[in-house]
Amino acid sequence: MKYIDEFRDGELAKNLAASIGATVETGRNYSFMEFCGGHTHAISRYGLSDLLPPTVRMVHGPGCPVCVLPIGRVDMAIDLALNHGVILCTYGDTLRVPASDGLSLMKAKARGGDIRMVYSTIDALQIARDNPAREVVFFAIGFETTTPPTAVAILQAEAEGLSNFSVLCCHVLTPSAISNILESPEVRQWGTVPLDGFIGPAHVSTVIGSRPYEFFAEEYRKPVVIAGFEPLDVMQAILMLVRQVNEGRAEVENEFSRAVSRDGNLKAQDRVAEVFELRREFEWRGLSVVPYSALKIRRKYAAFDAERRFDLEYRSVPDHKACDCGAILRGVKKPQDCKLFGTVCTPENPIGSCMVSSEGACAAHYSYGRYKDMH
Amino acid sequence: MAEMKRAYVRPLDLKQGRVDLTHGSGGRSMVQLISELFAKHLGNEYLGQGNDGAVLPAPTIHGCPGRIVMSTDCHVVSPLFFPGGDIGCLSVHGTVNDVAVMGATPLYLAAGFILEEGFPLSDLARIVESMARAAREAGVPVVTGDTKVVERGKGDGVFITTTGVGVLPDGLELGGSRARPGDAVIISGSLGDHGVAIMSKRENLSFDAPIESDTAALNGLIAAMLAIGADLRCLRDPTRGGLAATLNEIAGQSGVGMMLHEKAIPVKPVVAAACEFLGLDPLYVANEGKLIAICASADAERVLAVMRAHPLGREAALIGEVIADDHHFVQLTTAFGGRRIVDWLAGDQLPRIC
Repeated sequence: MKYIDEFRDGELAKNLAASIGATVETGRNYSFMEFCGGHTHAISRYGLSDLLPPTVRMVHGPGCPVCVLPIGRVDMAIDLALNHGVILCTYGDTLRVPASDGLSLMKAKARGGDIRMVYSTIDALQIARDNPAREVVFFAIGFETTTPPTAVAILQAEAEGLSNFSVLCCHVLTPSAISNILESPEVRQWGTVPLDGFIGPAHVSTVIGSRPYEFFAEEYRKPVVIAGFEPLDVMQAILMLVRQVNEGRAEVENEFSRAVSRDGNLKAQDRVAEVFELRREFEWRGLSVVPYSALKIRRKYAAFDAERRFDLEYRSVPDHKACDCGAILRGVKKPQDCKLFGTVCTPENPIGSCMVSSEGACAAHYSYGRYKDMH
Repeated sequence: MAEMKRAYVRPLDLKQGRVDLTHGSGGRSMVQLISELFAKHLGNEYLGQGNDGAVLPAPTIHGCPGRIVMSTDCHVVSPLFFPGGDIGCLSVHGTVNDVAVMGATPLYLAAGFILEEGFPLSDLARIVESMARAAREAGVPVVTGDTKVVERGKGDGVFITTTGVGVLPDGLELGGSRARPGDAVIISGSLGDHGVAIMSKRENLSFDAPIESDTAALNGLIAAMLAIGADLRCLRDPTRGGLAATLNEIAGQSGVGMMLHEKAIPVKPVVAAACEFLGLDPLYVANEGKLIAICASADAERVLAVMRAHPLGREAALIGEVIADDHHFVQLTTAFGGRRIVDWLAGDQLPRIC
């Protein structure tokens, strides 16, 4: 496959692994957080950690869209499907996120909810056109990657006068999550989570550009290397991070230059700014309530805002007591540190959201790497 | 490192629970439904064999004790017509293959049709003609059947259930519990063709991929493999849940592990590309005309040679070996140079968001 195989080449991986091995300084440990679930998945799926020296540790970050979705938000979507009779459209992974009362969207579907998996907002709009007598709600989740398509869908619905279409907006912002981690006591005061740098998001950065990370590099003295989601991208980024640490630099570097510019996609940013505004606060799973960390639909487009349209109220629901997803999302704990991991909480019956998507730290470790716990 | 925590499987909630789509997708949820409900109540020594077909004693014929193999398969594919086939030929191939992988010669088929009110007869005719063609080509006639019609909205056009019966040559023992460390794992051709062909035509997801389902009857290929007298342990067709589900099943039944080599696993570039943008893993995608063979490593080359000489096994490849592993993991050395598990599928394969 052109443009894919080149970035999964085992021989190049060996060379990069050798370079990393030769570049790390003896007696020094390196901890890097890959922010994105896409990177977490690549690391696990390609067995990338087998190629790294033992002194380089990858800490999984919170950048998995379904992992940070709090129970209360999924409850709202389920409520819409079961009690308001809407056609609820959502992206695939979201279907299995555990919600209250042992439900998930998948289980709500089995109870009669009209819940449909879509690959894009275009499909959701089409469903609305095809069902003019039904209310169609798009459950919009994700970071900056999925936000522009939602904005475009709302603009398109308005242009067409598609009055049965609305959006339950749960879009969140990457920079806020990174600040939250950097400000957390484990990183800032106690130093229990050593963090020497970040692998910056791939797809998110194609939209927001590399500029937003400059603040973190300067303010917190943490190097950031933006990397693509292919395994060689990740290896190259690790090498670049190791070099920065060795040289005492804290800069934003762009490994994913084939897709990411400093300013990002201005057109997409315009559409997002047209339709959305900052929420005062938003609850994240794992990071709790984070100020100005999510988007809501502007008053101008209120007609397309499912929260207003159906008069929905957000109720915060605590996670399972023994679930360590919060600590895992902040990099404080590893999946295998959680009491529930692989016992009560498995990909078939996820208790916490990190066990849902293969981007989640727990599911990635369970599905791809748990043989390592045995030797 | 810490010892592996014992996986606790929450039992089925038979009071409040509902059937959801994961119960039919070939993953662990389906295995759980079968073991905690069907096997629990219907269990007997034959059902307990846990293979694609049941091996049953038959009355003595001409002084020889005979054995028959019986298998059944429901077909609910959507769309009913797809590139490379349709539900008609699929329903013949699926059951013929389930009988044949037990080492038996498939002899007869029974077919049950559930038709939805309003379904066009012209479509039904196409399906039945295709079934007849497939049965003729496989040399296995449909000898009995049943038809029911349900009200509009209570079925999805056509559902077909087929049951097959075959005879098993004396002395031949194939089964999922017979894999031993050191054995070779062989696949008859490229993975994922059927699943991707189906997905390319799904209503909400149509894309143009020059890919056809691999649906085919494997009894000819299997007969050729059996004829050389190689030490075959187990044959299976990796349908729902793909290669991953089938190998995990065998690993569990035999109490062994497996080590696969990603580079050796044949996947067509178009299938790999489609999986890439749909967010799927070809190892979990369904096949309808492929065969996994586990055999003694000393015989691997002979088995490969006879498979490659058959039109349905031309791309046969040695993809890994059986290893000793108390945890029954199916592992994979990645083309990238690392190692990972190829686990059971949890529920349906769902595309990732980012």
